[in-house]
Amino acid sequence: MTLDDLRPGRECLVKRLHAHDKLGQRLMDMGVYPGLKMKVIRNAPLEDPMELELDGYCLSIRHAEAKFVEVEDR
Amino acid sequence: MKKKKALLALAGQPNCGKSTVFNALTGASQHVANYPGVTVEKMTGSYRYDGMKVEVVDLPGTYSLTSYSPEERVSRDFLLHEKPSVVVNVADASNLKRHLYLTFQLLEMGVPLVVDLNMMDVAGRRGINIDTQELSRQLGAPVILTAIKKGRGKKELLKSINSVAGSERSPKPFLIDYGPMEPFLTEIENEFSGNGVLSKNYPGRWLAIKLIEGDSEALKLIRELHSTPGKVLEFIENKRQEFESKHNEKPERHIAFSRYKVADTISRSCVKPKAAFTQPLSDRADAIICHKFLGPLILVGVIYLLYYLSIVQGYNITNYTWPLLAKLRSITESFLPAPGFIDAPLIRSMTLWFVDSINALLNYIPIFFILFGLIAILEDSGYMPRMAFILDRIFNKFGLHGQSTLPMVLGGIYVGGCAVPGVMSCKGIPDERARFATILTIPMLNCLAKVPLYVLMINIYFAEHKGPAMFFISTISLLMVLPVAKILTLTVLKNKDTCPFIMEMPPYHIPTIRGVLGRAVERVWLFIRKIITIVAAIAIIIFILLQFPGLSDERKAYYDTEKDRAIAGFYRKIEGNPYADYVQGENLMALVLYWDKYKNAKMMAKGKEAALAVNEKFKAENSVFFKIVRPKKDKEAKSVNKAFKKVFSARKKLLREIKKEKIDNSFLGRVGRAMEPYTQYAGFNWRVNVSLLASFAAKESSVATLGALYEQKEEGETLETRMEKGEKGFTPLHALALMLFIVLYPPCVATSIMVKIQTGQIRWMIFSMLFPIVLGTAVATLIFSGGTFLELNGLQAMIAFYCLALAITIGTGFLKNKSKTT
Repeated sequence: MTLDDLRPGRECLVKRLHAHDKLGQRLMDMGVYPGLKMKVIRNAPLEDPMELELDGYCLSIRHAEAKFVEVEDR
Repeated sequence: MKKKKALLALAGQPNCGKSTVFNALTGASQHVANYPGVTVEKMTGSYRYDGMKVEVVDLPGTYSLTSYSPEERVSRDFLLHEKPSVVVNVADASNLKRHLYLTFQLLEMGVPLVVDLNMMDVAGRRGINIDTQELSRQLGAPVILTAIKKGRGKKELLKSINSVAGSERSPKPFLIDYGPMEPFLTEIENEFSGNGVLSKNYPGRWLAIKLIEGDSEALKLIRELHSTPGKVLEFIENKRQEFESKHNEKPERHIAFSRYKVADTISRSCVKPKAAFTQPLSDRADAIICHKFLGPLILVGVIYLLYYLSIVQGYNITNYTWPLLAKLRSITESFLPAPGFIDAPLIRSMTLWFVDSINALLNYIPIFFILFGLIAILEDSGYMPRMAFILDRIFNKFGLHGQSTLPMVLGGIYVGGCAVPGVMSCKGIPDERARFATILTIPMLNCLAKVPLYVLMINIYFAEHKGPAMFFISTISLLMVLPVAKILTLTVLKNKDTCPFIMEMPPYHIPTIRGVLGRAVERVWLFIRKIITIVAAIAIIIFILLQFPGLSDERKAYYDTEKDRAIAGFYRKIEGNPYADYVQGENLMALVLYWDKYKNAKMMAKGKEAALAVNEKFKAENSVFFKIVRPKKDKEAKSVNKAFKKVFSARKKLLREIKKEKIDNSFLGRVGRAMEPYTQYAGFNWRVNVSLLASFAAKESSVATLGALYEQKEEGETLETRMEKGEKGFTPLHALALMLFIVLYPPCVATSIMVKIQTGQIRWMIFSMLFPIVLGTAVATLIFSGGTFLELNGLQAMIAFYCLALAITIGTGFLKNKSKTT
């Protein structure tokens, strides 16, 4: 499954990044890599984007971009 | 021997307190410039410590050092080419693992590094302890713990900087073990190591890593500097593919993951206990601030407060600062040659025009100061990313970005903003396409300077529907901005880079007064420096266009005769009067000026006492003139007074006529006339054309120019009545077309310069001026010609256009964005 399928409150393990170029690079630079544990904190008031928590800090990401992150629900 | 001068670069990821460190090091001696060729700001400063003079360059905050964003490129180029004697890597102690990712990249570049673990206070509160000795040993670079905001650790940092900058030996290179990639790296390094230029200027291992990552700038280096680039590039590409097929992983992925693995190992061995998973306070705050219902409400509240404090209260402050500017004008005036009876010396009118134009902009400084201060608070507190988070979905539909919110608010999303700070604050939008779309559409919002013309038009032509008309004009601008932004991103901007929205939501911070005031002052100063100078130049050009070629000799002679007749009439009337001797020759003009000055002083004086003081002052200055101005019971003085009033108003009338004829006759007037055949479809006559042309310098002047063109026939007539009388054929439909044209009016000079600064290219500035003209003319023509054809009245046309704009906005919102990201 991909990250955008997760509802707020769920935790997951990053399996693989399917994005290339900029998006992939950006995800890696911001600390999203396989083996990382993440938690979906909330969706924005208009449902998009979503807020994630990883390793003690928070990121926001659009659902369209989260689609490229393959995760395993925990 | 110890070195006495050092170049220091500050590097670090965003939200690590890097700018606080920069401020703490450099104090007041700061300078802002741009890196050549890009719109990235370059902050520099300097300080002296223990005999060492240190130049500090604050590199932009970046998460990494790839070549994907201009910020990362300039940071990297600076480190490679300027070869700083020391690099201070500011890292957030409470988030060590992610910050080490950048630290590794700096170490791989072989720069002499000092690691500054900042925000120890925050880390300490969260129960995080860091073994700096162990960390320093593993990294092979000194590690300093600081809490710069609290003033802790600065001395240790300064000492460490001096010792690293003062030592000649190069640091021991830090190596990350890339495991299965190592043989590939060695092979690539060997492939280009024979090249003298490359190996002399670039660390070999670092370049090999960048090349196997497929980094575009590194590949460019090979192409430009290697003697047989084709062969090397092919070799690298083969190696990349070989690695990928062998390990089922893209090389750049493998590199990033390896770095995180090492970062994880290091932070595990140096951080005790392991970082807590949450930031409790910020998290609880976010539960409210980003809440489904409360979030938007708070956002509206914040926007309203921003608007209220800066635009409303700031405008109130200008009531106090305006007299200062007026004083400046009158001081300037006192140095200029006095005006003649009907002709002012050129130097006088030009200088005053110049001062007026500058004053019109200086008047905004209190507003800007508050605005910039509040923006700094939003930036430092961490609310800005939340704003973007809440509104991104709407803006994204129109090709904009969540971070377009603030620029839009500043530009005047409802009514009354200013495009200059709006465009200025676009800097933070990471997505280039959205940034350009925001910059180009902000001038279409309703800035303060457009409001007087709206009010004028609505008062004359929509007097019975003032409320709805004001609502229409306040909201229609946004309904045009959104679809235009969308269309721009789908057309002219479609090749601009987009950037993923992935954005850090940093913990909340309490902004410091110093930081906020410092930024406000710095930005106001930027405004003064960059903008006022150019506006001054443009003001002179417009003046010339409005004044020249001036009157023909024939007309001059005519006005001279008129003048002589008025003056002769005056002397005839007061012949034999004992006061007549005092107003002969030069003295007549002196009396004119005295009269003017007295009337002005009386107008400014508030209260009975002040008025009496003015009387005393003028009496002391010239008791005879005072008698003429205030004759009271003195019969002879009274008759002079009466005659003088007549010649005085005759002079005024002549001055007005001359002014009007000069504008009629001017270059701008001719252009306005020449345009009339075309603009008539939009409902603009040549007078409106001239006023629109002249208001390019600053939109405030549109009403002033109209005022000059519709001459005042009777004393005290308002411009409203004058326009109504002067333009019998002008209907609400004309007014509506004009108002919508003003909404879409091209950016004023100040904004245009800001557009140039923020886009970095003159051609975008020119585009930002041309497309609104085309669009505005089209809309005005649609309103006027379409409205005439359908026989709509002003109100009906207004409603029809509103529905149309709303429909187009909703329609374009559904168009799919062309995405360049994969």
